[in-house]
Amino acid sequence: MRTTRSAALLLGAALIVAACGGPGGGTASAPQSSASGDSVQAALDAGGSITVWAWEPTLEKVVTDFQAKYPKVKVNLVNAGTGNDQYTALQNAIKAGSGVPDVAQVEYYALPQFALAKSIADLTPFGADKLEGTFTPGPWGSVRSGGAVHGLPMDSGPMALFYNKEVFDKHQIEVPKTWEEYIEAARKLHEADPKAYITNDIGDAGFTTSMIWQAGGKPYQVDGTNVTVNFADAGTQKFTAAWQQLVSGKLVAPVGSWSEAWYKGLGDGTIATLVIGAWMPANLESGVKAGAGKWRVAPMPQWEAGGQATSENGGSSLAVPEASASKALAYAFMKYAAVDEGAQSRADNGAFPATTAQLNSPAFLDKKLPYFGGQQVNQVLAQSAGQVVSGWSYLPYQVYANSIFNDTVGKAYVGDATLQDGLKAWQDASVKYGQEQGFSVR
Amino acid sequence: MTATARRRHKPLVVRRRPARRHRRSVTLTLLTSIMLVYTLLPLAWLLINASKTQEGLFGSFGLWFAGDFALFSNIADTLTYDGGIFTRWLLNTLLYVILGAGGATALATIAGYGLAKFDFPGKKAVFAVVIGAVAVPGTALAVPTFLMFAGLGLTDTPWAIIIPSLISPFGLYLMWIYAADAVPDEIIESARVDGAREFQTFFRVSLPLLSPGIVTVLLFTVVATWNNYFLPLVMLRDPDWYPLTLGLDSWNAQAATAGGEAVFNLVITGSLLTIVPLIAAFLLLQRYWQSGLAAGSVKE
Repeated sequence: MRTTRSAALLLGAALIVAACGGPGGGTASAPQSSASGDSVQAALDAGGSITVWAWEPTLEKVVTDFQAKYPKVKVNLVNAGTGNDQYTALQNAIKAGSGVPDVAQVEYYALPQFALAKSIADLTPFGADKLEGTFTPGPWGSVRSGGAVHGLPMDSGPMALFYNKEVFDKHQIEVPKTWEEYIEAARKLHEADPKAYITNDIGDAGFTTSMIWQAGGKPYQVDGTNVTVNFADAGTQKFTAAWQQLVSGKLVAPVGSWSEAWYKGLGDGTIATLVIGAWMPANLESGVKAGAGKWRVAPMPQWEAGGQATSENGGSSLAVPEASASKALAYAFMKYAAVDEGAQSRADNGAFPATTAQLNSPAFLDKKLPYFGGQQVNQVLAQSAGQVVSGWSYLPYQVYANSIFNDTVGKAYVGDATLQDGLKAWQDASVKYGQEQGFSVR
Repeated sequence: MTATARRRHKPLVVRRRPARRHRRSVTLTLLTSIMLVYTLLPLAWLLINASKTQEGLFGSFGLWFAGDFALFSNIADTLTYDGGIFTRWLLNTLLYVILGAGGATALATIAGYGLAKFDFPGKKAVFAVVIGAVAVPGTALAVPTFLMFAGLGLTDTPWAIIIPSLISPFGLYLMWIYAADAVPDEIIESARVDGAREFQTFFRVSLPLLSPGIVTVLLFTVVATWNNYFLPLVMLRDPDWYPLTLGLDSWNAQAATAGGEAVFNLVITGSLLTIVPLIAAFLLLQRYWQSGLAAGSVKE
């Protein structure tokens, strides 16, 4: 199944480049008809039907509320797959020219791929550029490129340290504030209980890039179709030097994230911490019932004592495919879901908002979560949202690059290769692929 | 099955024909026993784990029961989760199987009979095409088929699953070979002499003779359609048209989503419910199936 999946993914990757028509077209955004807020309102008044592809569970209620408010509009919400599965489907539909949705959920890391291929529309004609300040800087930076806005941030994943307080208390381990302390805690914990690990890691592209992001590394530089990939910069090396100690010392559990074993480890205390995005509380509550009352949230460990740097991990936007025939109506729904009433409804239902209004509201910040022993976790998470290191960008073919992460960097987790070697191999493979696709990659 | 049957009759056999006792091979019995355990183990695992709650799944040994027996509540939850979508997927799968596999069997029977019993120019070419088609895996055709169906505007509809399922080169080949042996030319000749038209001959005379072969082909196509994953994955977007395979996969994927609910216990129970109809079909049709496979191996 895995091979057929990646075969489908490869097909998708080949298709976008075909849709891209080769680079060289630059990023000249065609001056579109002067649609504005008025055209969006007009579309709402006229009504119609749109199809939304998304897997985010909180959108169901948003769709119901939206249709109640605008009875003339019919929103057909379809879960067309999660992540890669949906991107493949979307690219196939775009290539085939039929069955393209009007709105699609696209994770931040995948957005540049669709944007550069011009598969998704620039939203500035609808007034999206005026939303600056509505969203926190991390997600807003992820949907912008040049003067264009390619999606509206739906949620965000500023990183924090989730830890099992029961395990920490039992072995009298201090909650680490720096990565040095984190490695120390990893040693202490594993010595005290050989079955317990500080965290799990078998190679995860999203996690690795987020860690490099926090360390100040900027391995990807993207200017239109000119791309630089460089995993030798200081930030990357800071990360690999530290993380290599955990991998070489066998101090991380050899368990893949989101697997059954992972959920089990989170529940029984053998995986003691997660450095992960702020959307995690909802997953812990529903998937790790055995951990109720044991978990707490602390700020992400720092590279320098007293530092205040974080990064984003995961999170998605809503985007409008260029092939949609009802862009104004699609935008109206997106704005409702991401900015207006929908943002509040989704935050109430456990999504971590990307909007400053929800993020700074006392009701959100002061909420005490019973799962976390009554801790006001949103205070920690919202603080992290304001400390995201700026200037990060993903590759315009990050979906493909992430799919080969385990073939390259993954080797560092099972063999003699180091993380730095693995990243070099990933870099080479990414450069090669980019050149084959017609990018100018160095 | 044969092992237990043999054991049951052992005293009789021993008394009447003691010599046969020596022909029983310990090595072979051991090997088949290992094979039996190997094939039944996943099934046992599935049965055992379908009886656990999600917490029980994480907290207990995989090949034995957890403290709480939750099979029935799991089944109830599976059938009602997310507005009872599982039942919808089950009905979709049945629809694809009845129309797709049923249609494929009918087409294979008619075409196989025609190829076996009538001479016409180009028969060798047809044979070459069919043999060639058997060699092409369906997976390789999924993407071209998708582009073709997209051109017809049929993707994301049940037709995108049913129409490709109608084609079964292997079934056609099997029916061809089977019909050549199972329906003697003399019977067809005498039917013709008695004044029967070709269709009458086919339905009244040949079809009953072909039934073991038909059941065999039916079983093959039913299993292939029931388990089809890749074609629906490529063709369908709307979960309302998913077959069980895709539906279970989407439940499994939920656990890897921010904000998604992990429902491993329902995935496992759903998998068990998914294979029950297949097992039932095999047990019920097994007699025909065996005689179908043996066809042509003995000349009378």
